[in-house]
This record gives sequence, structure tokens and C-alpha cells, in this order.
Amino acid sequence: MTFRFHSSDIPFGWNRVEGGRGVEPTNEQDPNYYHQVVDCQWACPAHTNVPGYIRLIAQSRFDDAYMLNRESNVFPGVLGRTCDRPCEPACRRDRVDGSPVAICRLKRVAADLRGDISERLPIIPAEKNGRRIACIGAGPSGLTVANDLMPLGYKVVMFEQFAKAGGLMRSNIPEFRLPSKVLDDETQVILDMGVEIRYETPITSLHALLKEGFDAIFVGVGAPRGKELDIPGRHDENDTHIHIGIDWLESVAFGHAKEIGKRVLIIGVGNTAMDCCRSSLRLGGTDIKVMARRPREFFKASPWELEDAEEETVQIIVNHAPKRFVIEDGQLVGMEFDVLEWDENAVNSTVLDTVIVPCDDVILAIGQENAFTWIERDLGMEFGKWDMPVVDAVTLQSTLPRVFFGGDAAFGPKNIIWAVAHGHQAAISIHSLCEGVPLHDRPPMGMNLASQKMGMTEWSYHNDYNPSSRQQMTHVELTKRFASLDLEVELGFSAEQTAREVQRCLNCDVQTAFKDKLCIECDACIDICPVRCLTITTNGEEADLRSRLSAPSDNLAQSLFVSAPLPQTGRVMVKDENVCVHCGLCAQRCPTAAWDMELFDLIVPYAASANFIPIPVRSSGSTDSRVRN
Amino acid sequence: MTSITKPLIPLAPLAKNDLGLTIRDYEGAMSTLCAGCGHDSVTAAIVYSFWELSTPPHMIAKLSGIGCSSKTPTYFVRGAHGFNSAHGRMVTIATGANAANRELTYIGISGDGDSLSIGLGHLAHAIRRNVKMVYVIENNGVYGLTKGQLSASADIGTRAKRGEPNEIAPIDPIMLGLAMGATFLARSFSGDKEQLVPILKAAVAHNGLALIDVISPCVTFNDHEGSTKSYRFMREHEVKEVQTDFVPLRTEIHGRIPSDGTTEITMHDGSVVRFGSVPEGYDPSDRQKVEEYIRDRHSRGEIVTGLLYVDESAKDVHELNHTPAEGLNKVPYSKLCPGAAELASMQASFR
Repeated sequence: MTFRFHSSDIPFGWNRVEGGRGVEPTNEQDPNYYHQVVDCQWACPAHTNVPGYIRLIAQSRFDDAYMLNRESNVFPGVLGRTCDRPCEPACRRDRVDGSPVAICRLKRVAADLRGDISERLPIIPAEKNGRRIACIGAGPSGLTVANDLMPLGYKVVMFEQFAKAGGLMRSNIPEFRLPSKVLDDETQVILDMGVEIRYETPITSLHALLKEGFDAIFVGVGAPRGKELDIPGRHDENDTHIHIGIDWLESVAFGHAKEIGKRVLIIGVGNTAMDCCRSSLRLGGTDIKVMARRPREFFKASPWELEDAEEETVQIIVNHAPKRFVIEDGQLVGMEFDVLEWDENAVNSTVLDTVIVPCDDVILAIGQENAFTWIERDLGMEFGKWDMPVVDAVTLQSTLPRVFFGGDAAFGPKNIIWAVAHGHQAAISIHSLCEGVPLHDRPPMGMNLASQKMGMTEWSYHNDYNPSSRQQMTHVELTKRFASLDLEVELGFSAEQTAREVQRCLNCDVQTAFKDKLCIECDACIDICPVRCLTITTNGEEADLRSRLSAPSDNLAQSLFVSAPLPQTGRVMVKDENVCVHCGLCAQRCPTAAWDMELFDLIVPYAASANFIPIPVRSSGSTDSRVRN
Repeated sequence: MTSITKPLIPLAPLAKNDLGLTIRDYEGAMSTLCAGCGHDSVTAAIVYSFWELSTPPHMIAKLSGIGCSSKTPTYFVRGAHGFNSAHGRMVTIATGANAANRELTYIGISGDGDSLSIGLGHLAHAIRRNVKMVYVIENNGVYGLTKGQLSASADIGTRAKRGEPNEIAPIDPIMLGLAMGATFLARSFSGDKEQLVPILKAAVAHNGLALIDVISPCVTFNDHEGSTKSYRFMREHEVKEVQTDFVPLRTEIHGRIPSDGTTEITMHDGSVVRFGSVPEGYDPSDRQKVEEYIRDRHSRGEIVTGLLYVDESAKDVHELNHTPAEGLNKVPYSKLCPGAAELASMQASFR
């Protein structure tokens, strides 16, 4: 009897499946594919390399971690305390054990424990390139523009209405959440690059500024106008005990408002409302109520900010709609509310009752809006919906080619990390404009992939799953924290907490990379996967494919990796990216190294990379921050 | 060998079987076999089968002899009883254990060396006795643990990784089983759990010795171009014309398919093995036809897999020996060993 070896087809039981039908093989050359797998980095508007800096913190390389952070988000110390954390709800760990890695507070660890990083900042060329840029507002977006353009030889002139830089980071975030020292340090680093900052210089006319001959003007003035609540009684009081939230926070920040009544009502439940209620407690308030129209699940405030306020004995009262201010003899004595009952989705309500809540002060925190009264409407700048300038979402350019918008000024109130992201993009646009490059030719995202294999069974990263639960932030004792306005409430993670929290990170940036030509379909990876995210099967349309995977594949927001047809049977390797814990067991069990664990390093373009100018630095420190393990 | 153990991830609840156990409860220690070893896939199929059958782990006894294959019982059902015996003696221990306690589910894992060389005599006699057990031969054609010498199941013409072609005729455990009167014979491939899992489940239900020859490639020594037991060779030469499904007793059987060539065999415990498709003229209960079919395909260089032969009417070792319905370990000692006086009276009766 003789056997035939290596026939070109599979004649018997294993009918070779021919490709062409079903999902196209995943394009592994596209940085976006791997980027999406790193959920935190994908969710972050500035695409901060979160797992990278968490590993650096794990190694106590705080300077490196800080610099890696600063590359993308510019204000690690500020954001480590105040970020809206779009990364955390996206975190894979949340899908695995129900609570995300405390990414934001780990960022603070790097900022708090770093040493002197001045040697690692870019060198600012003494000889300028002859271009002058005006930044209106020294907030996060404007400072980011300066941060990105100064190393390229630009001259940046910054106009700031107050006596200090920081914008809303200073005026709207109370000191017990963000100490001014932290903010001063991080804004000063940028100003020290040689930015010409003109304090207490509000811009009152864009027309006048345009005439000054700047090569580009960046508008980063925030959304400075708090919304009014025009209900009966609003303008009937003699004194001023009804405040607009962001204006009041600003007065507090600059020391103008030093006290408030004992009983304070806050109208609205956004993050500004949370800052208002907690500030009130520090200025003499004892009975603070946050009045909300709708039920709790429809609140705008971040859950952690609500928790922090409630911990400080702030009462949050739902289903109360403001009806009128109760003024007696020119004095505010209370506020009248309709008590509402809502339908299931809180769309329609019925009034159950009307109540008067007595109070000494009311703070209105029902939103904020833009105010471009200083932009003349005959300059040719197009204004659109809600009287907002028309701004290109990618280039941030207005219809006046030399004028750019960013931060809350561009598309209405967002948050600091979005402002930073806008700043980076605007800087790219301004540089392109000055260099004569079409603005929509954006420098592409790049990536590096490098195998992390160190030996037969060893990876360069800590691949085991650590079952620790999320570390809780320690706060200053409740009895002590109201003593002064600038006593920071959060104490930061201890060394032990940090050590535990860093190990919760699943290293999503250490990617499973698959080489279909090497696969012998032995099933080893499928058998070992602790979350059963791998399947070898015949290809099909995505919905059909998802129905045939090893584990239920119901998170459609997460992509499937689909290989090219495998050499032996023509089936495909499918990986559901949803809950892969990046433990590397598939690659350890793979006999042919078809699977490998490769470190994905996203190369985010900045103004300096627009035409590939390497930025010299004084020193890269003892270790290169790009070596991230 | 992996650097870490397979972590237990607290994901959204894993599916539970009738005993409330998840598939992770049927796993064992981490495998120390080579990465990509076919045996690990067989292990995974066993884990899956026992989980789906809801067999209580403490009612399983897993036994083995010596060899790579014989390491594998460590890697499944950590809650089961286990015995790692001397080389080739797995089935003798299993026979003794089964004699003492017929209530456990016995699964013996052996290899081509353990079963077809040193243990061949024991295998033949266990088949004759029809010991109720699942007997898995993880067949890779080489002695992997001693660096890849060709074994007794190596085909003529196959080459060792670095060596001369084999000229000695192989022992085929299926043909051997047909000759010895085996009552359940199956061949499968470690790279095909869709086929292997129903066969394993049917084997657990079988009333007698269920012999499964699983071609399980040795990635280190026998997955090369000169091998007839490599992943590629199997995928190119396997014939899967005998397709079976296992329908456990507790599943209500809907709309039985009329006799369109579909064959069903009701197992001892009431569960059903359904033959989804068989080649024309094939009858899995006709020993002679099965033998002819396998020989015919074999002569064309094809490897027939599937549940090839079942005889559910044969008596198992306990019926042949008229033992009590319950395990001998439950029979009171006084009855099991009636004492010197009873012995004397019995001996007197022979005089």
C-alpha cells in the first residue's frame, strides 16, 4: 500500500473551503485595527498610550511615564485629577470584572512622583522661523497649540483675560480638586518655552487682531457664559444671592467670593454643579441641596463626582423642576419647585405637587454656552447653528482661513482632554497652513509592532491575570476637609495601591499577531484560551460568523479578527477581540509561532511630524521613554 | 509548557451543566506536553464531553500507563480518581478497578507504544473480556518521550524525523479490535473535535470496552513531510464518511428521521447514537462489512474515521461473570468473604 504525499487539494473528508465568501481578512497593516483593540487609547481623544505608561509606573519609571503621558495629553498632573476619563468606561478590564483600571489616578501617580523633567523637554530654537501665531485664551487648547508650535520655531503670542494662565482649568475647577501648584507647574513649562503671554488682555475685536498681521489666530476662549434661568423672581432681589455657576466658581478661584449662605440650592446636576456644591461647603454652606429635574440615571455629572459630593453630605434631590424664586422684601428666601413624575425614558412628566424649599443662596449650574460678541459679523466668518462659527471638525479651521478654533470654543462645552486633542490638531493645521500644505492632507497615524518573546515561555511583559479589585482612592477625613478651600481631598494612591492597580491593566497594547501561513490548525490556541475568544471555522458573513464562535459574541462594538484562509483546510482563524485578556497563552501553546505577542506602539502625528521634523531634546534621560516595557 | 496557569477570568457567567458545573470544573493541571501536541486537543475533547454529559467528577476514574499520552489524565477532570500504572498495564489496573466498583466511569488513556507494543497482550484480553471502559489510544506513530523512534503503528514507508523509511508492517488497533471481538471501535483525529466529542460521549454510554484510536500528531517528532500521522497528512487522507451524533438519554428526541439510510443504535443506558450518514451498503453493526470497507479504503491510501463498529448486544465483564448489579465494594464483607468455615465446606463439596 502506498500513501500519496502532499496532494494539492484535499480530496476526502476535509473539503477545502475556497475563499471569497464571507468576511475579508483583517488588514493588519492598518494601525486603526490594533488601535481599536487598545480600548483606552482608542477612547482617549488625545490617544494617550495608557498601557505603556502604566507599565512604566509598574517599574517605578515615573519620569518616563510622565513624559510618555505629556507627549499626547500635555497636562498629566491636571488630567490625573480632573479628566473626564473617557478611557475608563472603555477599559477592557471593565468588561472582564466589572470595574475599569483606575487609569486617571495612575496618571496622577506618575505626575506626583516624577522628578525634574526639564532636561527632557524640547529645545526651543533661538532662531525663529518668522511666523507669528496669536492664541486667544491661555486654556488647555491654546497652551497645547503653543506647546506643539514653539519647538518648531514659531513665535506665539497669547492673550489672556485673567492674571494667570490655565483658562477654565483655573477658573472652574476648585483647588480642593486641583491644587494651583500642579496647574502652575504644567502651564509654566509651556510658557517657559518663550511664549509671549499678555495677561489681563481680553480680546474685544477680532477685526483689530486680524490687522496685527499674525500668520494664524487660534481661538481657545472656552464656553464662558453660564446659562440663565429666567423664571419669576430672577431679577427681583436687592442683593445678589442668585449666582451663575461658572461665574461664581471663577470669583471663588480668584478670591473674590469668600463666603456663601448656610442653605444653598444648586440647580442642575452636571460636573459644574458638583464643583459648586462642594465649593459651597468650604465657604460656609452647611445645608447644600442639588436640585435635579430628572431621575438619577439621566444626570450629566460623572458618577464619581456625584459620589464625592454625596460623601460630603450634599443632598441630591431628583424630579424637582424650578418654578420661581421666592423673594420677600427684596430678599431671596427660597425657591418653588414642581415635583414631577416621569415616564420610563424621562421624556414626559406630570406635576404631582408644588413645594417651596427655603434657602439663602441659589447657584445656577444648568449649562454653559459660547459667546462670540467680540467677533464682528462682517469679517466674512460664517456662523451656523446656535450662532456658533462654522469650524471644520478635522482641521479646526473656520471659514476665515487664518482663524482656528479649539476646545469648548470650537463645538461647545466638552472637556479638558478634548481641548488638548483640538490643540494638537489645530497646531498641525497651522503648521500646514504656514508651510503651504493642504490642511486636509493630515499626517497619517503610524505604528510599530515588535515581538515580546524573550524565551521559550517568557514574555517581556507581565502576562498573568491579576485578580485584584480596583483600588479605592483615599480621601482627607470628612471632619478636616472643609477647613480651607485649597486642601486637596484626594490623597493619591499609596505605593501599595499603585502596585496593585498597575497589575490590573491587561496590556491590551501587547497584541496577538497571527500569521495564517504558519498555522497547522492543531487547535492548541483554542483549547488554552481562558476566555475562548478563538475559533477556527469556515468563513461567512459577520453575523453568521459571530453565531458560530466558541464563546457568545454579542458585543458588536468590538471587532472580529478574521485571518486569510488557513493553508490546510481553507477555514479561517477568528478572534473576537471583545474579552481577550492578552495573557499570551495562545502564543505560548502555538507550535509554529503562528501566534505571537507583539507590542503595538501607535505613532500619533503632531505638528512636528507633519513634515517629519525630529524635535531635538536636551537629553532623553537615563532611558529612552519609547522603550516602554 | 506555559509560563502561567490558565487564569480563571470572572467573565459573564460561564454556561453550567446539569450539575451546576462549568467547563472549567472539568479541567486539570496545565499540560507539560509540547506546544501543539495533538494529545492536548484530545484532552480538551474529553473535558468537553464529560462536562456536556454532566458526569460527576468523583464518579470518573482516569487511568494511564507510560508515555506522553499517559501524562494526559493529569490535564483533565481534576476531581476524578486517577491511577498512573506501569508501562502497558493501564488496562489491567482498569480491569481490576472495574471488577471492584462497576459504578464508576472508567477512562483509560494510552498511546501506541503503551497499547500496541508493551501492553498489546493486556489490550487483547481486555477486549475479550469486554471491560466497560473508554479506552483511548492517542496514536502518533512515534515514541515521543524517548525522542521519536517509530512505534508499532508506524505505516510502511513512513520516515522517522531523521532516518530510514519504515519497512515493518504496522498494527492497526481497529483491525485488531475487529479480530478480537471488540464491541465498540472508532477512529478519529485530534484536530477534529466535532467528530471526536460525539464519539467520546457514545463511548461513555457503551456497555463494554469502547476503543477509540485517535490519530494525534506529534508536533515535535512526527509532523513532517515523511509522516503519515501529521496534521497535513490527516487532512489530506482522512475519509469522514461515517458520521455520527450522540443523543443523550435526557434529550427528547424529536421527529425521528424515517429510514432514509439513517441508522440509529440505542445504547445500553437508553441514549442513542445516530449515524448521520454512512457509505452505501455500510452497516456499523456488521463486523464483516466494516472490515471489508476499512480494508478497501486503506488499500487506496485513505484513513477511515468515525464510529466504525458498534455491538451493543454483547455482555460486559460483569454480565459474563455474573457479578452483583452493585459494585463489589458495596457488597458486605461477610458476603464477599464468607470465612474459613464456608471455604472448608466448599472445598469438601469438591472431594
